[in-house]
Amino acid sequence: MNILVFLAPFSLGLGLMALAAFAWSLRANQYDDPEGDAARILIDDADDRPPV
Amino acid sequence: MAVTYPEAGADLSAFVRRDGGAARLDLLVPGARCAGCLAKIELELAAEPSVEAARLNLTTRKLSVTFRTGKAEPARIIGRLNALGYAATPFDPAKAAAERDREGRRLILALAVAGFGAMNTMMFSVPLWAGLFGQELGPASRTLMMWLSGAVALPCALFAGMPFFQSAWRSLRAGRANMDVPISVGVLLTLGVSLQETLLHGRDAYFDAAVSLLFLLLVGRWLDHRLRLRAQGAAADLLALQSAPGVRLDAAGHPVSVPVADLRAGDLVLVRPGERVPIDARVEDGASELDASLLTGETMPQPVRPGLHVRGGALNLSGTLTLRALASAEDSALAGLARLVDAGAQSRSRYVRLADKAAALYVPIVHTLAAATFLGACAFGLGAREAIIRAVAVLIITCPCALGLAVPAVQITASARLFRKGVLVKSGAALERLAEVRHVVFDKTGVLTEGRPVLLDADSPVLAPAAQLARASHHPLAQALARAAGEGPIARSAQEVSGQGLTGLVDGRPARLGRAGFVGTDIDVPSSESELWFAFDGEQPSRLRFSDRLRPDAAATVAALKARAISIEILSGDAEAPVADVARMLGITRWRAGVTPEAKAEAMKGLAGFGVKTLMVGDGLNDTAALAHAHCAMAPGAALDAAQSAADLVFSAEGLQAVVEAYDIARSARTLALENFGFSALYNLVAAPAAMLGLINPFVAALAMSGSSLAVTLNALRTGAKR
Repeated sequence: MNILVFLAPFSLGLGLMALAAFAWSLRANQYDDPEGDAARILIDDADDRPPV
Repeated sequence: MAVTYPEAGADLSAFVRRDGGAARLDLLVPGARCAGCLAKIELELAAEPSVEAARLNLTTRKLSVTFRTGKAEPARIIGRLNALGYAATPFDPAKAAAERDREGRRLILALAVAGFGAMNTMMFSVPLWAGLFGQELGPASRTLMMWLSGAVALPCALFAGMPFFQSAWRSLRAGRANMDVPISVGVLLTLGVSLQETLLHGRDAYFDAAVSLLFLLLVGRWLDHRLRLRAQGAAADLLALQSAPGVRLDAAGHPVSVPVADLRAGDLVLVRPGERVPIDARVEDGASELDASLLTGETMPQPVRPGLHVRGGALNLSGTLTLRALASAEDSALAGLARLVDAGAQSRSRYVRLADKAAALYVPIVHTLAAATFLGACAFGLGAREAIIRAVAVLIITCPCALGLAVPAVQITASARLFRKGVLVKSGAALERLAEVRHVVFDKTGVLTEGRPVLLDADSPVLAPAAQLARASHHPLAQALARAAGEGPIARSAQEVSGQGLTGLVDGRPARLGRAGFVGTDIDVPSSESELWFAFDGEQPSRLRFSDRLRPDAAATVAALKARAISIEILSGDAEAPVADVARMLGITRWRAGVTPEAKAEAMKGLAGFGVKTLMVGDGLNDTAALAHAHCAMAPGAALDAAQSAADLVFSAEGLQAVVEAYDIARSARTLALENFGFSALYNLVAAPAAMLGLINPFVAALAMSGSSLAVTLNALRTGAKR
């Protein structure tokens, strides 16, 4: 069972990383215009940065 | 209805906002729908020398244009967009509340944290559950698992529960108890007892239940928020849409563009053809015709000349007018209507929603049950520790999470279904109110009828030559004539005589189109239709009659509503004859003509006073007060902004049938919500006694809770699946 001491924090860390990544994308305005982002990929030379 | 700018040269600098050195223009572009639109608009505008950057949000259809320092040409930008085929309206983002949805972000972050917490607490709870079924788990590993699940669950639950704790605290301070009070009490007690059990190496810890409860509740909360946000967004967008600026003449007689709110009594105001009269005023100079159909419901344009009074909001049709303002913008008739609308909206906000009614019934029962369990267990000599565990088990198992999901899940699927049919629902409460409606009041112009004149004499021999003149004019009758004739040449050297008609060369011969007197006849046949006369100079004039046509599905809609045992009435501001015609054609016996906006609102209040739940369907400014006072209100998408913002539901202009569809869906949503409540009650009836008897362990609690939420959500999805 000693492996738990290593595995439990490791899996929690992975989960936390995903949570942090989601929080970052939320703060970076990546969900403000889902339709526009889907359209922008079709346009050459489009400005694909998230809006400020 | 988007404000259009007939002359691209109009001064729009009042709409450019400056923060720091950068000048910004925000526009609503309702026509932008696809990747092609996005590329066309952004690339085209970026090529403008004065533009620093242009960014279109395809979800909200808002375009933000930043100008290079020192250069701002708003009129050129709008002209550019018009040339590309898109109508654009300036708006003030400060007034658009939904610009950055802070509350939504907090909810979704809380939802993410609760999701993380629920899954990772579960990772440590599953071994503990296995222990309940006799699987071996040493006491040391057991304690480790309990501590680990507590370490994950406690911070997550405290963070994710914040929206509930804050709302519960606010409501308690106001001396009331809303649904969030039992939720907060339940979650905090569960966490506290689980922590105590962990410290004392006890049997059960409900950490996972507390976090997954929050997760499920947050899903319901977020669905409700999205529905409300879309509604508020639509309403705020309407407020933020700025009407075209007024043009004030300064002391030297030069036109200066100013925001309408800055106009004062005594100012000289210039109104060009195609613009709306910004303010109540008296005509100083010029002659024209005003279209007041959105103000009063009258279909016939009214001629005006110097000395006459005009009301703010009327559309100037043919000639340039110089007006003397009689009141400032906030004292105008328009602002008076806006105040009536506010009063109506307040009376409507007192409506108690279905879920709150259920909560008022549910909260005292559950808390009494939990208290009774605690006292009962003590009385049977089980000890305070066991007693409190059982009381908490009752709170967890009867958690209102199915109740919290029951209504939002139904309403979001119902409004999504209506959205696909072209009906925008502004709030969940609107659906609940629509389902209760027993009486429908229709406005005539623009609701039962198409709201624009149609040529009756479509086979007239003078149609083609008359249309050549008509194409040169913006007058509604002339445009109806041009529409009836289709594409064709425009008369040469056409000239519009304000309030009278047009002259020009048709196939080289001088001709006239306009009022009877202008064309040269004194035959004056009184009729309910509007008319134009056309003649080549020196020849006998011919008459062209116009009438407002019924919407094609008006009769079917009225019949369908009658089949649902709903009574129908027409309240119109138009003259008696056309209203009587429409009522006769549709077989409606209750109708009133020539009703003022105030009288319409009074009629609504009167109906409400008798306890009649009324649906008002209207599109004009004269309907807004009545819309706001009705139990529920609908407006067509072509309606004036103010009418759309006063209405609960907005349907796209295609057909009136949307009223019946919306009613049916609202009824079925109500039935499903009540079914969900019934299911929750049944579930609690079984689960609560089991919890009181101590038959519930953490594993059963987790199963029962997610099971009931899942059942309620699946039932809600049936709204979307039908047909």
